[in-house]
Amino acid sequence: MIVAGCDVGSLTSKAVLMKDGRILGDAVIRSSAKPWESAEAVMQRALPENVSREDIGYCVGTGYGREKIPFVNEVVTEIACHGKGAQWLVRTARTVIDIGGQDCKVMRLDTDGTMMKFVTNDKCASGTGRFLEVMARVLGVALDELGDMSARSRNPVTFANACTVWVQADVIQHLNDGIPREDIAAGINNAMASRIAILVNAIGVERDVCMTGGVAKNNGVIAALDKLLGIRMRRIRRYDPQLVGAIGAALFAAEKAGGGVI
Amino acid sequence: MITAGCDVGSMTAKAVIMRDNSIIGSAVALTGHVSEKAAIEVMERAIQKAGISMDDITCCVGTGYGRKNVPFAAARESEIACHAKGAVWQAPTVRTIIDIGGQDAKAVRIDNAGKVLRYLYNDKCASGTGRFLEIIAEALDIDLAEMGDLSKRATEKLTLSNQCVIFAETEIISLVNEGKEIPDIVNALHHAVASRAASMAKSIVVEPDVAMTGGVAKNAGMFDALGSALDTELVKIEHPQINGAIGAALLARELCGTDTDSDTAGSPARL
Repeated sequence: MIVAGCDVGSLTSKAVLMKDGRILGDAVIRSSAKPWESAEAVMQRALPENVSREDIGYCVGTGYGREKIPFVNEVVTEIACHGKGAQWLVRTARTVIDIGGQDCKVMRLDTDGTMMKFVTNDKCASGTGRFLEVMARVLGVALDELGDMSARSRNPVTFANACTVWVQADVIQHLNDGIPREDIAAGINNAMASRIAILVNAIGVERDVCMTGGVAKNNGVIAALDKLLGIRMRRIRRYDPQLVGAIGAALFAAEKAGGGVI
Repeated sequence: MITAGCDVGSMTAKAVIMRDNSIIGSAVALTGHVSEKAAIEVMERAIQKAGISMDDITCCVGTGYGRKNVPFAAARESEIACHAKGAVWQAPTVRTIIDIGGQDAKAVRIDNAGKVLRYLYNDKCASGTGRFLEIIAEALDIDLAEMGDLSKRATEKLTLSNQCVIFAETEIISLVNEGKEIPDIVNALHHAVASRAASMAKSIVVEPDVAMTGGVAKNAGMFDALGSALDTELVKIEHPQINGAIGAALLARELCGTDTDSDTAGSPARL
């Protein structure tokens, strides 16, 4: 049976189609203001050739907009989906860090994927995807360029403060002072990492650690976080780390549908 | 004796000239990028209003974020000490001061002599500071000075669910898109900033009377919102924005007053 997971986040929507433990199709799009439209669009885009929406036997919805997806059979929390998806990709994962567009979650998993505990920050933009988004805009670079700029920096700047508003003002000041963009970008990635590290340390580091969500593609943040946590996190390479929540949702769909093949 | 206080904040610079126990001149100017320039400019304007010259000033105390850049200051004092001093001078019954500045917020508890008993300070998070109002004013394309009057026209009670300035900005944009009225949104914003400042004040225990100082206190909507967040009626002081500079001028008198017999008392350089 073909199953699907649909993860409608605040910033991006993701969909994954699976059959017998294999990913048949996937898609990532930017979320619109209407979650049901985003869900519809991303599902359509994820469909591989020769598969139609009617072929999907069971679909699980997750993410910020999960209650507003019309076509799902069931909804599951993002936390559970990210845990599930991460452990499917990295069997040994015990600590999963998921950075969303406007939140940050850290989960501790048992060996069998059970959620032991989790912490989340959705109160403050610092340490969430929004922080990087704001800074990339001020810096005048694309969000996906920001990560690799760290490697080219020789003197990363340090920010006195974590607040997105104050860092934004400091970035403007540094630009006016003629500080190289790479050094500012590296400072931004480091600031992001130290904010995440606070949350991770609140739950405790247990190996293996892996990171999911779009920020997991930012090499600058990953390297800085490795250093701060004193470990090397496991990289998710097989699939886009942004898809992990949708993969988890599809895995739940397979279980719920009674396929039990995964 | 004529003394002066110069309070260089992140957004505005304030100067006050006092003769004996009364204000004879004051001025407020935007700080801009060079705080030393702002200090000189605002002091010159205050002097002009007082009808005196720089040489007539016995002693000047600098305070605020840019206090190190007040070239003519004989001494520098913290904003906390200056606000405390200024507030009891303006309203002797004040025991708690809430100062909302351009980039920070402070809650100060004082005794009847204006001595600081406890204080708390936030400059880590933009929420609860004047910057919150400024960012939203920009997003709504309205004048910061108009916000107080605007909020008075509010008819529907709205509540912002986000405290973070960045998230609140997005929330406010969606409220506008939903067709909510600007006065209602501004009113909700005032309550959000006030609740943030009030929760800080509560952690040092609020003792009446409570005064609000800083430029934000001129915003009548913020003033009322803070009163309602603290569930008390705030004391209205005459000069909230120059309160820190008044305190600095009073401290200047204390500093130099002890030396009035000395022939060098007039020279700030010896301090």
